[in-house]
Amino acid sequence: IILELKLYIYVVFTIMQYSTPVFHKAISDSTSVRAALPGKVKIVEVGPRDGLQNEKTIVPTEAKINLIDMLSETGLPVIEATSFVSPKWVPQVRGISRRPGVSYPVLTPQPEGIQAAVKAGASEVAIFGAASELFSKKNINCSVDESLQRFDEVMIAAKEAGVPVRGYVSCVVGCPYEGKVAPEKVAHVMAKRLYSMGCYEISLGDTIGVGTPGSMSEMLLAVSREVPVSALAVHCHDTYGQALANILVALQMGVSVVDSSVAGLGGYVIYMLHGLGIKTVRKTSSKVAQATCKL
Amino acid sequence: MGNVPTTVKHCLSYEQLLENCPWLRRWLQEEKTIKAHEYPDFVKIVEVGPRDGLQNEKEIVPTGVKIQLIDMLSGTGLSVIEATSFVSSKWVPQMSDHTEVLRGIQRAPNVRYPVLTPNMQGFQDAVAAGATEVAVFGSASETFSRKNINCSVDESMLRFKEVITLAKGQHIPVRGYVSCALGCPHEGHIDPSKVAQVAKSLYEMGCYEISLGDTIGVGTPGSMCEMMQTVMKEVPVSALAVHCHDTYGQALPNILTALQMGVRVVDSAVAGLGGCPYAQGSTGNVSTEDVLYMLHGMGIETGVNLAKVVEAGDFICNFLCRKTNSKVAQASSKTL
Repeated sequence: IILELKLYIYVVFTIMQYSTPVFHKAISDSTSVRAALPGKVKIVEVGPRDGLQNEKTIVPTEAKINLIDMLSETGLPVIEATSFVSPKWVPQVRGISRRPGVSYPVLTPQPEGIQAAVKAGASEVAIFGAASELFSKKNINCSVDESLQRFDEVMIAAKEAGVPVRGYVSCVVGCPYEGKVAPEKVAHVMAKRLYSMGCYEISLGDTIGVGTPGSMSEMLLAVSREVPVSALAVHCHDTYGQALANILVALQMGVSVVDSSVAGLGGYVIYMLHGLGIKTVRKTSSKVAQATCKL
Repeated sequence: MGNVPTTVKHCLSYEQLLENCPWLRRWLQEEKTIKAHEYPDFVKIVEVGPRDGLQNEKEIVPTGVKIQLIDMLSGTGLSVIEATSFVSSKWVPQMSDHTEVLRGIQRAPNVRYPVLTPNMQGFQDAVAAGATEVAVFGSASETFSRKNINCSVDESMLRFKEVITLAKGQHIPVRGYVSCALGCPHEGHIDPSKVAQVAKSLYEMGCYEISLGDTIGVGTPGSMCEMMQTVMKEVPVSALAVHCHDTYGQALPNILTALQMGVRVVDSAVAGLGGCPYAQGSTGNVSTEDVLYMLHGMGIETGVNLAKVVEAGDFICNFLCRKTNSKVAQASSKTL
């Protein structure tokens, strides 16, 4: 699978490298389609964690470190490095070459994880909540309320350690067990709580990619009433090919932070943003391509 | 906000504030800025898989398989299925069985089967084979026109005028296509005014609908918006369609942008058939299944049964021995 993906991404990026300068053109006039678009979008690279987590083949630590180091060269401001679900992932964070100005958040679902992460050198952590009760039970083995209590403890530990915390909400438009998820649930039960607990940013995840521009905007409308849109990010999965369209509506609603994966749609996201005249990273996606190929 | 106590944050809840001051939302004009875009209730899908899709497939598909594909699509609820192309078999060998295909399909009631007719000869052959609707293909790029149909844009317009005049006389509707609407593989950026000029010519000559094609898929919502704005000054949006290619993954955002601007007709191909001849190994047409998923998810009616389109896509992909380009079809096969 990785080989196929590698070839596919390499082909796409080679083409993009060749043609992007020819076709990119700054648009000067604004219309209802472009009126509310942010001038700059922060890309949060989740490939090394969320991306690799779902790969069947276990990728060796050295390869992961290489990937993260290459991504650090691309100008991406945030690269999610790994997940402290088990102590055996500690070597990864120690091994990377940190680039100044780049943040390397790590997932820490438990308070104990914070100490281990900080010891290993993590300077930012992330916590994962679910908007769906069933998903919470099946994924992290506890109810939504119990998970929020755990997060309270994680937040205290993080504050003591002086590390910022990013909050993730999964199943924001649909759940593999419960089906459609009510926008109010996402807004009140999770997003608002995580934000008021002290998360500096809330990433709203369409975990199974079932969202469409309709359900996406409905959910964002409800959440943006509780959390300022400047603190929101979208984490769209492309299972049904809807990710870019969903990211576009999120941008039109004022969201300016997009999670994407180098091994997924990262290149296409950057292509769309640049085509809209939105600034993202400093360097071209050729570096991103090289990073993927080495994998 | 990290150091503010939870209780204070609860008080600062926007909803709480709105409850106390209901006039606030209007005052902040928030209702205007976060208002959802208006979308149509219904979108017509023009299925181009059997023609535009198969035309770009390397392997020659037997006539029987083409007929079966079109027959399967006829049962999905699609109202327009582009069946074949009456172009010289020297240029497009895949379409050399055009007469057999058109004669062999079982035409469903309420479904139209337009065919491509690049010139008078093609038109006459199409009518002889029983065509009841035809299509002509113009280009917004001079170089693409010369390389693709061996004549300038102006010369091609003269050819089409002959076809359209004859078609009108026989009460046969004509659909017009404008290729390279957002970029050309030879010229690069295409001026939207050129697209508007070609679209206007075709419309004034008598085409009932003009499909604007992002032939190499380089468009983004920004360039789509700019092009549409310019074209809409010359052709009413009710007569416009978009034909987006997914080479750089931009098709769905581009289609969404077109819908936000008032377009109600979208071209797509089952299973995303047909690669891009200008970017080897890349996808071409946007897949009908993915478009349907988006539209239905937004509450927009199409009259098309997604599951049946997936079946038709599975059929043709099995024959071609390759994976579908549709993400929806891929996800559906995993859940079986």
